[in-house]
Amino acid sequence: MTRHTKIYWAGFAVLMAVLIVAPLVLPEFWRRFLTEVLIWGLLAMSSDLLIGYTGMVSFGHSAFFGLGMYGAAAALLMVSPPNLWLAIGFGLIGAAGAALFVAYFSTRLRDIYFAITTLIFSQIFYVIIFTWTKVTGGENGLIFTRPHFSIPLLFDIRFTSTTLHWFVLAVVTGSYLILRRVTQSPFGMVLQSIRENEARTRAIGYPVQRYKIVSVMLSGIFAGLAGVLYAVQNEFAAPDFVYFVTSGDTVIFNVLGGIGTLVGPIVGAGFFQLLRELMSRVFGEQFPYLIPLGFIFIAMIIFLPQGLLGFARRWLNK
Amino acid sequence: MDAVIGFIQAIPLDLLIIQTVNGIVTGMILALVASGLTLIFGIMDVVNFAHGELFMLGAYLGVIVVAATGNFWLGLIMSALVVAILGAALQVVTLRPLIGRDPLNTILVTFGISLILQNYALWQFGTVTRKITEPISSYFTLFYLQYPWYRIVVTGLSAAIIGGFWLFLKYGKFGVWIRATTQDRVMAQAMGIPVPWVFTGVFAIGAAMAAASGVLFAPLGGVAPTMGLDWVLKAFIVVVVGGMGNLGGSILAAILISLLEAYASIWVDPSRAVIVSFVVLILTLLFRPTGLFATPK
Repeated sequence: MTRHTKIYWAGFAVLMAVLIVAPLVLPEFWRRFLTEVLIWGLLAMSSDLLIGYTGMVSFGHSAFFGLGMYGAAAALLMVSPPNLWLAIGFGLIGAAGAALFVAYFSTRLRDIYFAITTLIFSQIFYVIIFTWTKVTGGENGLIFTRPHFSIPLLFDIRFTSTTLHWFVLAVVTGSYLILRRVTQSPFGMVLQSIRENEARTRAIGYPVQRYKIVSVMLSGIFAGLAGVLYAVQNEFAAPDFVYFVTSGDTVIFNVLGGIGTLVGPIVGAGFFQLLRELMSRVFGEQFPYLIPLGFIFIAMIIFLPQGLLGFARRWLNK
Repeated sequence: MDAVIGFIQAIPLDLLIIQTVNGIVTGMILALVASGLTLIFGIMDVVNFAHGELFMLGAYLGVIVVAATGNFWLGLIMSALVVAILGAALQVVTLRPLIGRDPLNTILVTFGISLILQNYALWQFGTVTRKITEPISSYFTLFYLQYPWYRIVVTGLSAAIIGGFWLFLKYGKFGVWIRATTQDRVMAQAMGIPVPWVFTGVFAIGAAMAAASGVLFAPLGGVAPTMGLDWVLKAFIVVVVGGMGNLGGSILAAILISLLEAYASIWVDPSRAVIVSFVVLILTLLFRPTGLFATPK
């Protein structure tokens, strides 16, 4: 073990310990808040695979998040008693389907065009979900009950806010480790070389478009997982989450936290939600918190494009 | 076969003509929005995400000036001027520092601007939809409809603005500067053209075009803080279908998409008719990813 890996895993362990103990000491509101930050963090992290590693900015992550959410809703409403694993399965299938569709078309275009087409495609899903009232509940969305945490034949317990937090933490940590492994694998190296120089990567002989499609799908599946977790935590699915605002927030989390770090976007999500909460407490619920956040966002792009964790980017990816 | 004939016979011809007129009216407004977007992209490599918000802000300024003075045309001019100045200021403060960086940064920055503008409008004006009364209240008879002349005037005016702008690009001194900068930025600079100011001017013109279309649209559909996203999305579809940076292509694409949407809304709910433009986009991406009207290089 090198010194770097020792420090890295020590830091990882400390952070995990803090996040495991946190729900035991935090009051109910902040416990839920922390869980939600982790879920938004997972969404942001999934999009970091595209923004930070493949060099493609996605403005359409709401589609994957939303399809995960509605996929979970479908499973929870159709099968009784509601089953957590089935919800995850359905959500992931939904998100993967959406991701395949978006990836197939939008990877034909690059850079800005990719960003625009992902945005437009996510809007297709929004329009379908919003207008197909019979199935999706339209504007009102769907309400369902939270599934139990169960392993067949072994045990079956009801989620409390603490155990739900641990479950979310486990899923997010697992996703982080998987994504980290992916970005360090030969596959991840190809993605990064696409980011650095697409033409040269193609010239070396890599099927660039196929790599991009896989990377969009991978990113979409993890975004869908975040959607499932959100649905399970809040017991509803609403078209608002499929709307562009969710995608926009995801991009903001990434820029604030630092792209290409995987942890950064989670920090960005936490920073965003904390700032929002503080501002609504100090200035009242009606305060348009997105105005100061927008200023911070613009200033970050101009003066600190690396984001809050940018200074640690190399170290984290080692 | 009978089914096909039945379907063709079931098409109400009068409705089709009415929808054609409607499609061209919205198509021309969309063309005005999209040509601002295309202009900014074609010359500066900037995807202006805030374009829809400039449209929305222009419409609100129109509402304010019309409410204060009662003169619609004054509102149109004032709004275009104010938004042009705002656009110039935004360009200097946020986009100029990004010249030479990855163009993706510009879409992020303009996204930030759109966030601020939209939330400012929400905070300032609330969610209630406002409307301007049509400055021309006379009608003509189109089948069983009393069709407002104003819509025809809007179409002509949009066409005139785009045409005037085209002439300006072709013959005006600043227009020549703009074209020179598009062709070769470094060379233009070497010839003494103040390139950074050309960018600022272009952004201001694009912003003014967005604001003008916002004011023109306000009597037709009302003004709401969230209208920007719908328009910028449509404009994005138009510029991708028409070929990014291609002025003529965007105008044709704007009219094509608006016509198709208008026809589609004969049979389906207007909120679903949007899907038609998505389909056009998908087909374009499949068969002509550089744009329907792009000239092959």
